Amino acid sequence: MDLARLVELNALYARVIDTEQFEEWPKLFHDPCLYKVTTADNVAKGLEGGLIYADTRGMLEDRISSLRKVNIYEGQRYRHIVGLPTVLGQSGDAAEVETPFLIVRIMREGQMDIFATGCYRDKVKPDPAGALRFSERIVVCDSRRFDTLVAIPF
Amino acid sequence: MDIRYEESTTVWPEDSLARVPYWIYQDEANYKREMERLFEAATWNFVCLEADIPNKGDYRTNQVGELPVIVVRDSDGAINCFENRCAHRGALIAFDDGGNVQNNFKCIYHAWSYDLSGNLRGIAFEKGINGPDGVMRGGMPKDFQRDRFSPRKLRTATLCGLVFVTLSPDTAPIEDYIGAEVLGRIRRVLNRPIRVMGRFVQPLPNNWKLYVENVKDTYHASLLHTFLATFRISRLTQGGGVLVSPDGGSHSSYTIAIPEGANAGAYKEQQIRTDQDGKFALADPSVLDSVEEFGDHIQLQILSVFPGFILQQIHNCLAVRHVVPRGVGKMDLVWTYFGFEDDSPEMNRRRLKQQNLVGPAGFISMEDGCVGGFVQRGTAAAADHVSVIQMGGSTAESQETRATEASVRGFWKAYRRYMGY
Repeated sequence: MDLARLVELNALYARVIDTEQFEEWPKLFHDPCLYKVTTADNVAKGLEGGLIYADTRGMLEDRISSLRKVNIYEGQRYRHIVGLPTVLGQSGDAAEVETPFLIVRIMREGQMDIFATGCYRDKVKPDPAGALRFSERIVVCDSRRFDTLVAIPF
Repeated sequence: MDIRYEESTTVWPEDSLARVPYWIYQDEANYKREMERLFEAATWNFVCLEADIPNKGDYRTNQVGELPVIVVRDSDGAINCFENRCAHRGALIAFDDGGNVQNNFKCIYHAWSYDLSGNLRGIAFEKGINGPDGVMRGGMPKDFQRDRFSPRKLRTATLCGLVFVTLSPDTAPIEDYIGAEVLGRIRRVLNRPIRVMGRFVQPLPNNWKLYVENVKDTYHASLLHTFLATFRISRLTQGGGVLVSPDGGSHSSYTIAIPEGANAGAYKEQQIRTDQDGKFALADPSVLDSVEEFGDHIQLQILSVFPGFILQQIHNCLAVRHVVPRGVGKMDLVWTYFGFEDDSPEMNRRRLKQQNLVGPAGFISMEDGCVGGFVQRGTAAAADHVSVIQMGGSTAESQETRATEASVRGFWKAYRRYMGY
């Protein structure tokens, strides 16, 4: 797997969220897919539940339409700092990849906090047009604590 | 000195369950009194699930208010609880979330040890130690009485796989404490062995009571949460009601899956924001794909046990929540998602999807994460003003409607009794 393509995918992923182009976010996934936000504790104990759990692109789209149209939360945005990917395995044109991340949350009034750190555990493969997309992205957060609420995906 | 403020911290402004002063969420001295008079007094406090500690020596740590405790399974299968504080210098005896010990806990500071009941059993070098000259020096005095220096012990009670503890010898049996009506609603859900599915902690920027009130507030649910109103998970126009325990402290609200009939247009007529029926739709409605699980058409049940335990059933999404105070203006909400041991793969998948409704990122629950902070901030300069809690009257009895704040008033009824207000 070409590292540059993985870095490019991760950069695009972070950019669509941090610049609030949320509608572009589901397009980075295959359909069906698996997107889950969980914690290192839950993974270690074999607990399957997620903070967010989506197994279709439609469920990802619903996250976005919900945060855009109906959910109530205070204005905030994220700044993702995404580290370098490690390719853990490869078969054909699909790869398993792990990439560390850090998310700073910037609140409406300017308060900045380290909101989450962890690693993305991904399965990626090209779509029919050749663009690399996620068939699986498990967001494994280092901490079990999620301050106040999580409206925007990690 | 601000004398008026001093007075306000001990006097209830009006003798009414429908008026609550805002200093109650702000006052440091009051917060300390709550630890003594509520959490460390004659209340039952949730500490863990029986499923967390199935085998001898399995233990979990938790807090009763701010009192750190260890809950452990003894060799005879009983569950013991004692203060997580070494009798020697006061260090935590166990400093992790849980685990397994063989026969004793050993404090890491000076290696004093405790049996599974919390009795002080061993003191390192208790008799002193031999010097190079063969003379024994140091050690504890000969008349030191170990059995007088153990951490405080708490009584334990188990109920449908839930473990509660109390520091007081006077607390009523847990069944009486909860009351028959609410107890029946716990048994309704926790009717067979459970399976933990995930744990998350949600720190909230508000006093702990604001969250407990939110849980008991049947009035707000479909007015704040678009998902509840739009997708008819719970509307005030659907069947349902609220049960309040005789002492007011515990409650169970419920929504019944029956059509709204003549009231179907009520949310539209009042132009309620959360009614987005026909305007907001899901691309993949499988998140709401539910099955009748308990055979009684109750599609939503929210239940609390005073002071800080919550049991939730929203369709097939089940969780317990534990309210942990973290100072006067902060708290942790500890979520444990669960299913049952006999869940089919389809039911497991259904629960995983419905868990999107709850927790820190829940389509419903995220909004409860921020409203408490809005009240905490909104009342910053209003210590001597009062909250108006009068929907459905001024009393705290069970009602066959949720357009009421009866169970919120029930909370204050119990709170004032414990606190002496």
